[in-house]
Amino acid sequence: MNLSFLVLVPLITAVAVLFCRGLNGIRWVSLAGATVQLLLSFGLLALYWRERAAGNGTAMLFEYRHAWFPSLNIWYHLGVDGISIAMILLTAFVMEAAILVSWKVERMGKEFFVLLLLLSAGAYGFFLSLDLFTLFFFLEVSVIPKFLLIGIWGSGRKEYSAMKLALMLMGGSALVFIGLLGVYYNTGGAGGPHGFDWQAIAQMHLPAEVQRRFFPFLFVGFGIFTALFPFHTWVPDGHSSAPTAASMFLAGISMKLGGYGCLRVAVYLMPDAARYYSPIIILLATIAIVYGAFATMMQKDLKYINAYSSISHCGFILLGIGMLTQTAITGAVIQMISHGLMTALFFAAIGMIYDRTHTRLVERLGGLLKIMPFFSTVFVIAGLCSLGLPGLSGFVAEMTVFMGSWQHAGEMYRLATILACASIVITAVYILRATGQTIMGPVKDPHYNGLADATWNEKLAGVLLVVGIIAIGIAPFWLSDLLTSGVSVIMGHVEKAIIAGKAVIIKK
Amino acid sequence: MWAGILLSLRQELIVTGIIFFLLFMKVGATEYKTGVVLNWVNVLLLANFVLGFFPVSDATLFSGMFHTNKLIVLEKNILNLGTLIVSLQAYSWLKDHRQVQEFYILLLATLVGFFFMISAGNLLMFYLGLELSTIPLTALSSFDLEKRQSSEAAMKFILSSAFSSALLLFGISLLYGATGTLAFDGIAQRLDGSAFQLFAFILILSGFGFKISAVPFHLWTADVYEGSPVTVTAYLSVVSKGAMFFIFIQALYTVFKPLAGNWYRILVLLSVLTMVVGNLFALRQDKLKRLLAFSSIAQSGFLLAGITGSSRTGEASVIYFILVYIFSNLGAFGVVSLISAQTGKESINDYKGLYASNPLLSWVMAISLFSLAGIPPTAGFFGKFFLLMAGAGKGNYVFIGIAALNMVISLYYYLRVIKAIFMDSQPQPIGKLKIPILPSIAFLICVAGIIMTGLIGWIYDYIYSLSIGI
Repeated sequence: MNLSFLVLVPLITAVAVLFCRGLNGIRWVSLAGATVQLLLSFGLLALYWRERAAGNGTAMLFEYRHAWFPSLNIWYHLGVDGISIAMILLTAFVMEAAILVSWKVERMGKEFFVLLLLLSAGAYGFFLSLDLFTLFFFLEVSVIPKFLLIGIWGSGRKEYSAMKLALMLMGGSALVFIGLLGVYYNTGGAGGPHGFDWQAIAQMHLPAEVQRRFFPFLFVGFGIFTALFPFHTWVPDGHSSAPTAASMFLAGISMKLGGYGCLRVAVYLMPDAARYYSPIIILLATIAIVYGAFATMMQKDLKYINAYSSISHCGFILLGIGMLTQTAITGAVIQMISHGLMTALFFAAIGMIYDRTHTRLVERLGGLLKIMPFFSTVFVIAGLCSLGLPGLSGFVAEMTVFMGSWQHAGEMYRLATILACASIVITAVYILRATGQTIMGPVKDPHYNGLADATWNEKLAGVLLVVGIIAIGIAPFWLSDLLTSGVSVIMGHVEKAIIAGKAVIIKK
Repeated sequence: MWAGILLSLRQELIVTGIIFFLLFMKVGATEYKTGVVLNWVNVLLLANFVLGFFPVSDATLFSGMFHTNKLIVLEKNILNLGTLIVSLQAYSWLKDHRQVQEFYILLLATLVGFFFMISAGNLLMFYLGLELSTIPLTALSSFDLEKRQSSEAAMKFILSSAFSSALLLFGISLLYGATGTLAFDGIAQRLDGSAFQLFAFILILSGFGFKISAVPFHLWTADVYEGSPVTVTAYLSVVSKGAMFFIFIQALYTVFKPLAGNWYRILVLLSVLTMVVGNLFALRQDKLKRLLAFSSIAQSGFLLAGITGSSRTGEASVIYFILVYIFSNLGAFGVVSLISAQTGKESINDYKGLYASNPLLSWVMAISLFSLAGIPPTAGFFGKFFLLMAGAGKGNYVFIGIAALNMVISLYYYLRVIKAIFMDSQPQPIGKLKIPILPSIAFLICVAGIIMTGLIGWIYDYIYSLSIGI
């Protein structure tokens, strides 16, 4: 399968949307594009399984290489393993749902869908890239659509939020950029041919001092995307000002770009440094988890609740990565996917409430269960997934992260794990309070009684995401099997680095 | 023999031919309509651009005064392209102007000057070319005849040019005293880094600093850019600056190659200053022309960062960035020029709500600004990436870190304009504007250039294959 299709389908759809007349045409064309993409992603999964069943053990499948700037040794290089396929499936799910819930966007509808599709094209390209230049290119592609989507169709202090988000993410990109240049010029020895090839760099094992110098740039740079404390401040503003579909995409996919980059670029290419800095990563992740959870308790706006809880949940991703054990890293990836689906569902539900009641304040809502049963069910499922109810994906992800973390025997690691575990209680508090007040109790405003339940498109979007959440929650093994090979490649590197590090210590 | 000389000089000769053609049109008995003249000129410039691509072998003429090779031909063609786009965009401003022929005669005279300057193999030839371009340029900047600001800009421009020329000449004369020759290769052989030679070099560098508006020699830039007609500003910021960078990099990489260790640090310092000051001043501008002026200062800083790489990548990246910069900056200036010609509005606040009435113009502006800010998929991303990549080749990551930080700062003021266009509204927005055919062709070229130049890798590779480096 030619992986470029996955980047091209959204782009072609975007061009097709440009030539559409009328809102209906635009909607259906976008939906068709997203559906084709979803089917392609499933096709990719099936092909991947077939290759693996046939005994194909290479780390990356379906590789495609094309010389982009040969004089600088820059390649357009795509390939997938289990981790990328899982992320692509997640993106396809969230995109399909995002387009379905944007059915009502009427103001500048054409521009909205084109930008949304461009945003998704960037994410697909990012997850597929095996060349660091290509990866960086796709990482930054999203700046334009994000800024415009939030600034034009957002609500509240949208211009401020759009600007803050664009600048902070650009700052993250700038750090990543420095890290990438540092990696580039340390490949191939002195004066040798430098390159951005991800696998080749991993094989050549960068010198330890180079790793220590450039790891913080790459990790913090990508970390900003995934709300690494203390660079998380764009998250609440950005998420809460964005229009529903953009919030879903931002929290569901864009934040995962950071986690994926931390894992695949920073940790995989610089295992020595990852080990060296792992206490700091764990410290920051734990702060993010606990702080995010407490900050959420204080929020009154549903979108802010979800945004702050995203900081807390993305902390689990970084915690898992920082722990550097096979189980913890697998857990981190599952958490990326679980959080992607769950938060998209949450934002979709919040969007539905806001469209009807024109408020997102918890204290003004109430009793929606009787009025909008479908919506309320979806909302509760999202909430329960967020607090980690068994049977839903959140439980699987967090449990795996905790198990992996507990494998570390150090006191500090244990303490961090216990603190992170304890934060679940806080999560339960704010989730139950928010859902309870919103859908139970008396109806606060009489005109809520006349509100309609979810329309077909909203129902479809909700069902799609709920199916994903339950599929992971009930049968997590297919997902962890999918991830195992990719994670073990990374772990292989990390373990080699640990052994090499010990050897150095003994020699001294 | 003659054929060889004529062929090697063909780009200069074609432009000179167009100048004479316009002169005859002017002095002849028939009065031509402005529109007719404009169409003719643009066709001729297009022909000039296309003819520039015919391959001709490398040559050195007039005992080393003038030399040409594939890279120089390419650089001249890049300038031709810039001039063509500027000329296409000038349509809405020039069609009501009485002195169209004079405008083009002056404009093309500067272009010939740039050509000779880039091809120079001797400091005298270089200076001749430089002055041939500077003096008509000052005349051009006062071409809004009834505006006081325009004359003021010209006055400032000629004074600062004269000052920088004096510095340059002083440096050249000292260098002649130190090395006993004015030929580029002769100087390169005799430079040994003595204090006297360094002094001469610093003077020459300052002269260049004025021309490329590097901080602290940038003070003329904003006022001249603001006062001049938008078309001339566009030409100044793109073609003139591009030509100066072409010769600057050539001078540093070949003539002053023995002093590479000395100029590396100076350039790093200049680059940092230029980026930071340019960006910080741009943050607070409310007039688009001034904002673009300061942004062009900041872009000079990035170009200097590329030059510090002192490598083949460095040279290729600088030339590539100038090509990209032509498309992006002219796209932005084209919109400003069109709106200024039709409504006279030039401040960011006037652009509020532009998207509602002029979606196409708004997209051109947005794409150009994103390219200037270096956001993919526009070509500006590739340009900046390669410049800083070349700069990082020396291992100075603090410097590259400052440059990367500056990219973030610059994003802010570009986004401010985009915010005004797409997100804000005002009681009396700019109404629906008519885009004449010639400017729309120019916009098409710019947008196509911005999108394609980066995604198509061989353009950079072609430039790289011609570059020599240090």
